[in-house]
Amino acid sequence: MNVAMQAQADPMDIRPFRIEKIRKELADSFTMELVPEGGGSFSFKPGQFNMLYTFGAGEVPISISGDPSDSSKIVHTIRRVGAVTQAIGNLSEGMAVGIRGPFGKPWPVEEAFGSDLVILAGGLGLAPLRPAIYMALANRHRFGKVVLLYGSRSPSEILFPKELEKWRGRFDTKVRVTVDRAEPGWGGHVGVVTKLVKGAGFDPMHTTAFVCGPEIMMRYGIQALEQAGIDRSGIYVSMERNMKCGIGLCGHCQWGAPFVCKDGPVFRFDEVADAFTVREL
Amino acid sequence: MANSQAVIDRRDLGTLFTLLTEEGYQVIGPRAEDGAILYAPVSGPDDLPRGMGDEEEGGHYRLSNRNDAQLFGHTKAVQGLKAHLYPARQKLWSAEKAGHGFRVVKDSTPQPRYAFIGVRACELAAMFIQDKVFEGGPYTDKGYAERRKNSFIAVVTCNHAGNACFCASQKTGPDVSEGFDLKLAEILDGSRHVFLAEAGSEKGRAVLERLPKQAAEEGDKNAAAAQIDAAAKGQKRAMIAGVADLLAANLESPHWEDVAKRCMSCGNCTMVCPTCFCSTVEDTTDLSGLKAERSRKWDSCFSIDYSYIHGGSVRNTGASRYRQWMTHKLSHWVKQFGHSGCVGCGRCIIWCPVGIDITAEAKAIGKGA
Repeated sequence: MNVAMQAQADPMDIRPFRIEKIRKELADSFTMELVPEGGGSFSFKPGQFNMLYTFGAGEVPISISGDPSDSSKIVHTIRRVGAVTQAIGNLSEGMAVGIRGPFGKPWPVEEAFGSDLVILAGGLGLAPLRPAIYMALANRHRFGKVVLLYGSRSPSEILFPKELEKWRGRFDTKVRVTVDRAEPGWGGHVGVVTKLVKGAGFDPMHTTAFVCGPEIMMRYGIQALEQAGIDRSGIYVSMERNMKCGIGLCGHCQWGAPFVCKDGPVFRFDEVADAFTVREL
Repeated sequence: MANSQAVIDRRDLGTLFTLLTEEGYQVIGPRAEDGAILYAPVSGPDDLPRGMGDEEEGGHYRLSNRNDAQLFGHTKAVQGLKAHLYPARQKLWSAEKAGHGFRVVKDSTPQPRYAFIGVRACELAAMFIQDKVFEGGPYTDKGYAERRKNSFIAVVTCNHAGNACFCASQKTGPDVSEGFDLKLAEILDGSRHVFLAEAGSEKGRAVLERLPKQAAEEGDKNAAAAQIDAAAKGQKRAMIAGVADLLAANLESPHWEDVAKRCMSCGNCTMVCPTCFCSTVEDTTDLSGLKAERSRKWDSCFSIDYSYIHGGSVRNTGASRYRQWMTHKLSHWVKQFGHSGCVGCGRCIIWCPVGIDITAEAKAIGKGA
């Protein structure tokens, strides 16, 4: 759905979707596959999000974690952190949720064609990046090196471990995973994800980097990428803020002048670098 | 449009109300109620605040007696017209459980058609600003757009300034040059009580055509111009020039902490501001749990909830919340919508319980920088 088409329908109207599949990911998070109630399709771009409504409980912005080339369903990966996400987590397969979207500016995957691609993710930040990874791997021949650097708190909190293993098994993709705290049986890196940047083997002069994770991780991650020689204009970040409308009318997601919902959530870092340094902006 | 100017006698003003009502408008005008001037339904000139004035200062508002027969002798209503164009609470839709899912029923209440009488320059400027917010981007608020398109606007120009007014420095008043259907200037000279009227649109011309009137005299035109002049010159406050850039460069000014010591984070300023547009949605169910509803209601950037994301609020301190309000209004708004978000009406000053003055705070930040 392009912006012009969205403008025709009332963007505040919700569209019912049926939960076709629920898969537990981590102790506190799960992935849902949604299909349009009564048929139809759903197109989106990597990095975009939906406003997800559950009957009576409310609505929250959730990034889309599925494959952008598959318009038959929407995939969301959700952490149970608040009243609405708890309520969504209590739903079962066959039940319905409401969807408004997709909203927001995407990861510029196509614009990055021709360069090396570095994806730096922390914790659940891998979810909004997964559609970009799918798209990049589907267009693997259009990139130089593709590097995925992922950090989680502990081995048991690694999101999408099977896919990470699968991607790591490819000869054309470098995947490095680290944990803050090791557990028995862990043989991989230990330490913060930013440490993986050094020696990742990309050409900093011709690299696009996508970064998503907790804000503190993004700050240090960007620092590491800059130290490695990537220009600020080649680094993209995805932000999270309170949102009530998703279309720039409710005001909640303002981050300085930008509205995270419509000017973001993906921002080119050089355009928001100053905002990153202001507390409680 | 000088040739469409005419003079309407005070005794014929009732005809305007009758005509607008006949046209299907609900007429909204200033009324003295609960010790304040409010915009509310008015059925004729008798409902207007005859002989009433208003005293205003930081944290102070009182009605006063003018001891004259002016119908629009006050400076401005407590609130502009945003409550009519963008209601404080509006039902968006309801939903009913159906099988494993639910069915959504859109609220299809028709939007009202308002005729606003007594609109001030700052209030009209606020409408232009909200037009940009609600209709100027990729997404439109359909309810606002419909109400706005359906409305009839009869401006009454100011003949004096209130103590909190600073529209002249914001270049939003006190004169009005466009965007109205009718523009009236109230002229009371001894026993002569008339309105100099000018149409600003086809809708306005059609109404003016049907009103009992006389040709405008040079003296009336001069009197109206003198009123505007007095309203501009009488302004005691002014917004400093270059405030947008000043604030953008001072996000870390220690002065935000200073304001925070006085600011109670009550949000009054955001409620009375004619351009503040923030809203939240409220989802509820009935006791059976079978019916749900969604409403949209005004929200304020001064609440902790406003910036809440999992793990806590982004803006925990009063300083950051005041900074958000003031920098958005005067600085970020320019980047977002090409215009300042402040019309200089001074309502945020009047209705601040501790009298925080946005013009004074801007100056203080300028000095500290």
